Amino acid sequence: MKIHEFQAKQILREAGVAVPRGFVADTPQAAVDAFVKLAGPVAVVKAQIHAGGRGKGTIQEVPTQRGVQLVRSREEAETVAANILGHKLVTLQTGPEGKTVHRVLVEEGCSIARELYLAAVIDRGRGGPVLIVSSEGGMDIEHVAATMPERILTEPFDVDTGVQPYQVRKLAARLGLPQAALRNAEQFVQAFSKLFLARDCSMLEINPLVLTSDNRLLALDAKMTFDDNALFRHPDLTALRDLAEEEPSEILAGEAGLSFVQLDGTIGCLVNGAGLAMSTMDLIKLHGGQPANFLDVGGGANVQQVTEAFRILVADPKVKAVLVNIFGGIMRCTTIASALLEAHRSVNFKIPLVVRLEGTEVEEGRRILAESKLDIISATDLTEAAKMVVAAASS
Amino acid sequence: MSILVNKNTRVICQGITGKAGQFHTTYCHAYGTQMVGGVTPGRGGQNFEGIPIFDTVAEAVEKTGADATMIFVPPPFAADAIMEAADAGIRTVVAITEGIPVRDMVRAAEVVRRTGVRLIGPNCPGVITPEECKIGIMPGYIHKKGPVGVMSRSGTLTYEAVWQLTNLGLGQSTCVGLGGDPIVGTSFVDLLEMFEEDPGTEAILMMGEIGGSAEEDAAAYIHEYVTKPVAAFIAGRTAPPGKRMGHAGAIISGGKGTATEKIAALEAAGIIVAESPADMGTAVQRAMRARSK
Repeated sequence: MKIHEFQAKQILREAGVAVPRGFVADTPQAAVDAFVKLAGPVAVVKAQIHAGGRGKGTIQEVPTQRGVQLVRSREEAETVAANILGHKLVTLQTGPEGKTVHRVLVEEGCSIARELYLAAVIDRGRGGPVLIVSSEGGMDIEHVAATMPERILTEPFDVDTGVQPYQVRKLAARLGLPQAALRNAEQFVQAFSKLFLARDCSMLEINPLVLTSDNRLLALDAKMTFDDNALFRHPDLTALRDLAEEEPSEILAGEAGLSFVQLDGTIGCLVNGAGLAMSTMDLIKLHGGQPANFLDVGGGANVQQVTEAFRILVADPKVKAVLVNIFGGIMRCTTIASALLEAHRSVNFKIPLVVRLEGTEVEEGRRILAESKLDIISATDLTEAAKMVVAAASS
Repeated sequence: MSILVNKNTRVICQGITGKAGQFHTTYCHAYGTQMVGGVTPGRGGQNFEGIPIFDTVAEAVEKTGADATMIFVPPPFAADAIMEAADAGIRTVVAITEGIPVRDMVRAAEVVRRTGVRLIGPNCPGVITPEECKIGIMPGYIHKKGPVGVMSRSGTLTYEAVWQLTNLGLGQSTCVGLGGDPIVGTSFVDLLEMFEEDPGTEAILMMGEIGGSAEEDAAAYIHEYVTKPVAAFIAGRTAPPGKRMGHAGAIISGGKGTATEKIAALEAAGIIVAESPADMGTAVQRAMRARSK
């Protein structure tokens, strides 16, 4: 689960990780009030959406307006907030349609001596948490990794105690931080790593991490992603979820216990198992079609779930045909076939449906489908099913 | 011959009184697996279909001589169950549970490493040595004893592959589901080492997917150490970056872990990669034929 920058900064602040002072505003007047409260010569107005690349992104309705801007007066704060709020911000990560901005964060400016990069993730290879640090703050870290890999430092840390002070000193020395900044850096990074662990983050990134002219570290930006599997122990974090940032179809699917990802193609897929679902998408592509989604109904798909899955698939106007690919293991093909029929009857189904069943009680399952008199195209093998559905979607 | 489990393996089920635990204990027992006990804290002294239930794994091991466990414990308590099994001296721990927090698994994996236990999973279908021992949720009847070692990060895709192999007359030595989580106990490399040493395995089929670098590591290992023919399939060529594809570990992040990279690494190591999931079985045939020339 992702959260907004202003939410992440609130969590950082509570955990003792320094962030700039700032206020959230959802109207231009609130942005002016925030500017006045900050009482500084400058402030920064930052659009709050989940996607990255906001500083370089532009507002669709006001193409001269970027998603992040320095302002020097109340009037400027008001104009910039008015340009951004309620409008769509288009960044490299939002896609051309952009994302509507409902809030801006108005923050105090600071004097920057250096811009660095700091993140924590779970490293699969090492099987534990690791810090990622770079001297190249403010840049896209993937770009740094590709072009200047020697400027990225990694440091594994303990899953219970977090980063130790000596580890911070070691990294600080390699980054060339001044001695006067050491004590503050130890505290900052320790608090950062403990927060990462305590909140079950899957990723916590501060880019840029600023060294101020008075030798303090400050989190100028923050991206925080949580391990969905651990949310059950953080009800306060679950409350921060912003449904406006998610695909409506993915929200519906989540409520029905389905694993669903919206894509751009014309062929809807309904599959049991994540690996088979991904493979089914690949198969459609291989035979010249474009998958409209990833959908895993899970191992024990029931009538209700299959019905909900069909509803979500046919609600997408781009979908021209649907492929159901089920390998019945413990779950019998007969059960699946009956569920398909019931779901087909209760959902208004007007597009071609290709069904490929295999596995336990497959003959009986196919017979149930054949005798139903519903308009279902039955396929016996994977390749045949893919060809049929691609043909159906393009005719 | 086989790896990990065989007809002598004595298995307990942790979480035997839950719905899934009961269901699959019955199925595994019916397949011929020696289900010798179960564990549910607070239910010791009872039994399930004649199989004795214990409060702790230590007691179950002591009373039954179990050397393997199948874990169906719910996610909040599953990592603890894994550590309990490792502590009790179980040799092979098969964790089926899906949805264990990553931080819990980091800690459990450390205990597993320290104790030298073999952990399969979590979030996996399990392990089967056909016609001898099934520990997991896979349908038993699609398997057939034979020479192909199968390893995969997913469940139903493995059934699909096994079914293709069986229909081609190619049986399996042992089939192992590694699990779909970011942190799992056993890697492709661990299994390659075992399959290479197993005289009953003549060829290996590996099914990977997007996310992480387990397939690239496997490619490097195969190039260096594996003499047996290997065929592979990688799921997720069409998966978009930054989106979790069902499995917690199936995600392209930071531009890393794409199917294209993995396929390139495997092909560079001389492995036959099936382009279509319909051709996983025939890819094994091709790999075996290429080697026998």
